[in-house]
Amino acid sequence: MSGHPPSTYEPKTGIERWLDARLPIVRLAVDLMDFPTPKNLNYWWTFGGILAVCLVTQIVTGVILAMHYVPNADMAFNSVEHIMRDVNYGWLVRYIHANGASMFFLAVYIHMARGMYYGSYKAPREVLWLLGCIIYLLMMATAFMGYVLPWGQMSFAGAVVITSLFSAFDQVIPGLGTAITTWLWGGFAVGGATLNRFFSLHYLLPFMIAGVVVLHIWALHVPGNNNPTGVEVKSKQDTLPFHPYYTVKDGFAIVAFFVLFAWFVFFAPEALGHVDNQTPANPLVTPAHIVPEWYFLPFYAILRSIPQKLFGVLAMFGSIGMLFALPWLDTSKVKSMRYRPSARIFFLLFVATTVLLGWCGGKEPDDMVMTMGHTATGDPTGFSVVWFSRILAVYYFAYFLLVLPILGLRETPTQVPANISTPVLGGAAMPAGSAAQAEKKG
Amino acid sequence: MVDTANAESHLKDDPSRRDFIHIAAVTGAVGGVAALAWPLVDQMNPSGDTLALATVEYDFSKVALGQQVSINWRGKPVFIRHRTPAEIAKAVADDHAAMPDPQTDEARVKPGKADWLVLVGVCTHLGCVPGFGGGEYGGWLCPCHGSVYDTSGRIRHGPAPKNLAVPDYAFTGPTKVKIG
Repeated sequence: MSGHPPSTYEPKTGIERWLDARLPIVRLAVDLMDFPTPKNLNYWWTFGGILAVCLVTQIVTGVILAMHYVPNADMAFNSVEHIMRDVNYGWLVRYIHANGASMFFLAVYIHMARGMYYGSYKAPREVLWLLGCIIYLLMMATAFMGYVLPWGQMSFAGAVVITSLFSAFDQVIPGLGTAITTWLWGGFAVGGATLNRFFSLHYLLPFMIAGVVVLHIWALHVPGNNNPTGVEVKSKQDTLPFHPYYTVKDGFAIVAFFVLFAWFVFFAPEALGHVDNQTPANPLVTPAHIVPEWYFLPFYAILRSIPQKLFGVLAMFGSIGMLFALPWLDTSKVKSMRYRPSARIFFLLFVATTVLLGWCGGKEPDDMVMTMGHTATGDPTGFSVVWFSRILAVYYFAYFLLVLPILGLRETPTQVPANISTPVLGGAAMPAGSAAQAEKKG
Repeated sequence: MVDTANAESHLKDDPSRRDFIHIAAVTGAVGGVAALAWPLVDQMNPSGDTLALATVEYDFSKVALGQQVSINWRGKPVFIRHRTPAEIAKAVADDHAAMPDPQTDEARVKPGKADWLVLVGVCTHLGCVPGFGGGEYGGWLCPCHGSVYDTSGRIRHGPAPKNLAVPDYAFTGPTKVKIG
């Protein structure tokens, strides 16, 4: 189904008619609620709604935190302690915000994996996918700058490492990288000026995310939702109105998701943080083992797997760049991997690879995956984390650059159903007409 | 006598005149936007008070042989290391070993002051502060991505491309050094 069907909204009262002629905002809301949605969406499709709630949660708690937080290098750390100890319910708001970031990324990774499995990035949804990638980039920038604000040791080290990524440009044009980092820092090192601008941008970016989310939903409503079969909607019988069917389904998933969220907030609020961030930032010492937040670990592992500065940085940015190129790398016309048995295996390997890269990112490069012996000085030797991450990084890139382009041309997909209803109502072989009849009988 | 009708149509249709107006307008607009954008970009560069904190002086009389202090210079750590003869000998012995950024130990200290090594304590990879005593060369080891520096602060292996930087400095007295 392409675009919105004719509007069903009929203003009943005089006031509604008056408003509808001037700003048809009620009509917009009613049409959104009426939007014909494929009837076979499973729970993987609820993460869009979950993400919308995550964004609102972060903005509301963030605006509140900004009422009490002081973006000054001498006061930031203490102002966070003030929020935790003195501000009424400050601990609750801050723990929701801090864990909310992790929950947001958890949901977005599931949302992205769903899109990758069911081929939601393929024509005619490429722009929808690209807008999603932009949202993800903005999320990463926002999360990074937010993590700097408490101005603990991990905040500081994170700010140093991430901004210093740009110093790799010194290897392209001498002086360029230094000029960029100096400009980003507002000084010769990460300091008060850096903190203050990160606060400003951390406040700005979520609203930009909200803006791109509007475009994302707009781009969704032109072709309509993809669905688990990957077969486009063919008739009205394939769809249900968004409300009440998917408001209820999404609502249930949101509640379930918030049970997990609440468990972290109330029972393990520091589980996803790092103890070194309980120490105020000290520019003269870097903690012995620094790691980013869990949601950046796979990219951090890719960065560390390459022992050359510029190529390490390029590989890290490239690993995210792959997502943008994805719609044009996958040559298969079949959207859903339900009907691509071999692609399904490669995809599961890809998910496992990303998770294992994350595990590697949390270890030290010289840690051993498998110890095979010891050196004269007693250090273990064997299969090290850095080598493991190299192998994983190769598969990460190969999935995008080799597997998806080649597999689409070579594999034999299984029978794709004629329409959405067939697999539900019986037999993949049933032609479209009989499915519609079966539905009438049922 | 001037043919007014011809002159008017000439004014209307002269394409070069139109083009000139378009190009001039666009150039003016682009120049104006750029002139306005530059202050908005440049405001993020170091401010005057940051630039003013260019030098720092330090009295190293209390730094015993084999000790190191970190002082803050422009927000960055500067290591002032009182090197032992063994450390110096080790650094000099490796002067011609293969390394990513070859440099002699002599070039990294002031003449006759080889026991004082002054370095910007910022890893040239991604800016972490290396710790002394780690790594197989007896120098510094960066905790972030494992770059190993020797007792002269030269990069020996790991992702860092350059040696630890030697800042501009001068000995201003028997026990005083001025950085910057």
